[in-house]
Amino acid sequence: MSTLTKSEAVPAPQAGDAFLSVRDLRVRFRTEDGIVNAVNNLTFDIERGKTLGIVGESGSGKSVSNLAVMGLHNPKNTTVEGSIQLEGKELLGASQRELEKLRGNTMAMIFQDALAALSPYYTIGRQIAEPFMKHTGASKKEARERAIEMLRRVGIPQPQTRVDDFPHQFSGGMRQRAMIAMALVCDPKLLIADEPTTALDVTVQAQIVDLLKELQQEFGTSIIFITHDLGVIREIADDVLVMYAGRAVERGTMREVLKASQHPYGWGLLSSIPRINASVDVPLEPIPGTPPSLLNPPTGCAFHPRCAYRELVDGDKCVTERPPLELANGHLSACHLTAAQKQSILTEQILPRLSS
Amino acid sequence: MSAEQTLTEPADAAPSSGKTLLEVNGLTKHFPVMGGFPFKRQVGAVQAVDGVTFNVQEGESLGLVGESGCGKSTTGRLLTRLLEPTGGSVKYLGQDITHATRKELAPIRSEIQMIFQDPYSSLNPRHTVGTIIAGPMEINNINPAGGRAARVKELLEIVGLSPEHYNRFPHEFSGGQRQRIGVARALALNPKLIIADEPVSALDVSIQAQVVNLLQGLQRDLGIAFVFIAHDLSIVRHFSQRVAVMYLGKIVEIAERDALYTRPRHPYTHALLSAAPDADPDNMSVERIRLTGDVPSPLNPPSGCRFRTRCWKAQEKCATEEPPLLQIGGNDPGHLTACHFPEDGDAAGKRSATVPAARTTED
Repeated sequence: MSTLTKSEAVPAPQAGDAFLSVRDLRVRFRTEDGIVNAVNNLTFDIERGKTLGIVGESGSGKSVSNLAVMGLHNPKNTTVEGSIQLEGKELLGASQRELEKLRGNTMAMIFQDALAALSPYYTIGRQIAEPFMKHTGASKKEARERAIEMLRRVGIPQPQTRVDDFPHQFSGGMRQRAMIAMALVCDPKLLIADEPTTALDVTVQAQIVDLLKELQQEFGTSIIFITHDLGVIREIADDVLVMYAGRAVERGTMREVLKASQHPYGWGLLSSIPRINASVDVPLEPIPGTPPSLLNPPTGCAFHPRCAYRELVDGDKCVTERPPLELANGHLSACHLTAAQKQSILTEQILPRLSS
Repeated sequence: MSAEQTLTEPADAAPSSGKTLLEVNGLTKHFPVMGGFPFKRQVGAVQAVDGVTFNVQEGESLGLVGESGCGKSTTGRLLTRLLEPTGGSVKYLGQDITHATRKELAPIRSEIQMIFQDPYSSLNPRHTVGTIIAGPMEINNINPAGGRAARVKELLEIVGLSPEHYNRFPHEFSGGQRQRIGVARALALNPKLIIADEPVSALDVSIQAQVVNLLQGLQRDLGIAFVFIAHDLSIVRHFSQRVAVMYLGKIVEIAERDALYTRPRHPYTHALLSAAPDADPDNMSVERIRLTGDVPSPLNPPSGCRFRTRCWKAQEKCATEEPPLLQIGGNDPGHLTACHFPEDGDAAGKRSATVPAARTTED
């Protein structure tokens, strides 16, 4: 506890075991309407072979922060501050050339819309082979062999013939598999999956999640899995980061966040999703209001206009003062409620509602 | 078409708590595929909906679930006659509207309304909210007491928007609010039936619940029947009293909500239920069934049972004979299943989690 500083409570990074560590990341865009503070003071670590799930609504900064890790923002209108270290190496401020060496090699990304992310002009095989040739200097023939091997790995039938197909000849699930093959072709140590299953059907989604878990066991890849589906988080994540309006509001293990959430936003998310085995007579408890605009985020705690527990905090602290991310009842959360209040709300109001 | 022999069974024995609003019988829609040069000829057909039979009672909500491409949205559009059916019949309050002309349809159109999936593309960006919601009244020449503007403001309040939003444009609203505008437009003519085509899937999680609760309130208070089309099983379960599961253009199972979710008899329903992710880390009771492969192309669907290419129970018979949609042994009345080798109806599935690899869909 003593290591927690008031500014952005961050457990002191233990040297060595964090594979990727992000500290105080700030991403700002200049737009015609003003400056968008897309990500503020975001801090997280990810260990080798572990999966970090990032949950949040659209516009909460979950994709933006990971594009920053990959160095994919347009430097003309974006400022990225803070520190992103991959295996102890600082990525912010690294030259394009250095980043190019890392992208696709040490770190790779899977995008949500596979049809938009794959080029319609080149065959699947060529697109998988390209990063392999670039990073390992392999010949065309070797790279093709590797592409076939990767397609087999991700479970595409008849990879020898499918390797020459174009993206439009693949179905949605197969395209997503091809993207995974492309991302894994150089055995990356870090894989960022940005809503890889959102556009897919449940049965295919289950296949892809299983595939990622298998590949992770095989290669020891660290995965950052971005989603808004708490069910998928439960399936794949070890640790979970909940984001709201560009900030982390909660961070803990999957079980802590899903079973013992310490933040009103987390409670809201959990109560607003219908469960497949809950009583149907209990109406859903939506979070009132809408997500805030990042052009003009609310003062204090960004969640206060939608928060149902604001009255429990003395004065107008929620409006004036931004709560730090601090340890409460086992994991990090950013809320002015006292630990005792959170625990009693959780056990008396939230958990009974979820299990009803 | 094989559909005729298999679907002669009276497909609905559901406990009818009122008048039958909509009767759908053997509804079929094939989209022609043209090819050839220089003269285009029909070279095939996408069998989007193939012999679908169900009823909708007054004031009830029927859920239509299935994966993308299973024909659930096409079914919705056929019901509203936005598409012309290839075969079968749709009866609204006993009147056959399958091939009704525009003129004949006009009075019925006001009673069957639709809510669309994408709140961004289903509202005209050049019209104000007031114009959008008043549109249906204008077209049908309805002048409510107190004027259209007053009615629009009332509708805005019903769907949880402020009446001051009357003169705003759609771009000033968030996704959830736009969907509410779409709901208000659907309500403008006091419909008896609303076809909701994935009304919440484009919305953020925290907003989904708001819209679901709104629709549920409307159903309860105004007694509107819903056909609720969605791919999210848990939302359908929350919203619909009866649920039909579709696969490749056919209904494979239709039942009361509880029966379907606790005792699914069709392997596909079972697989779909077990694939739905659940956010409770302690809920380990459901054994996972992993389907392999993708949904086959509706251009050339598998013979016999359409699910057989991904089914772990498939046998010779499934390839040759199409299973009829029947009330099979052990089912409650109204619980119809189309399967030769139905499940024992135990949702907690004790089968091993790994399913023998089903045939890939190369043929």
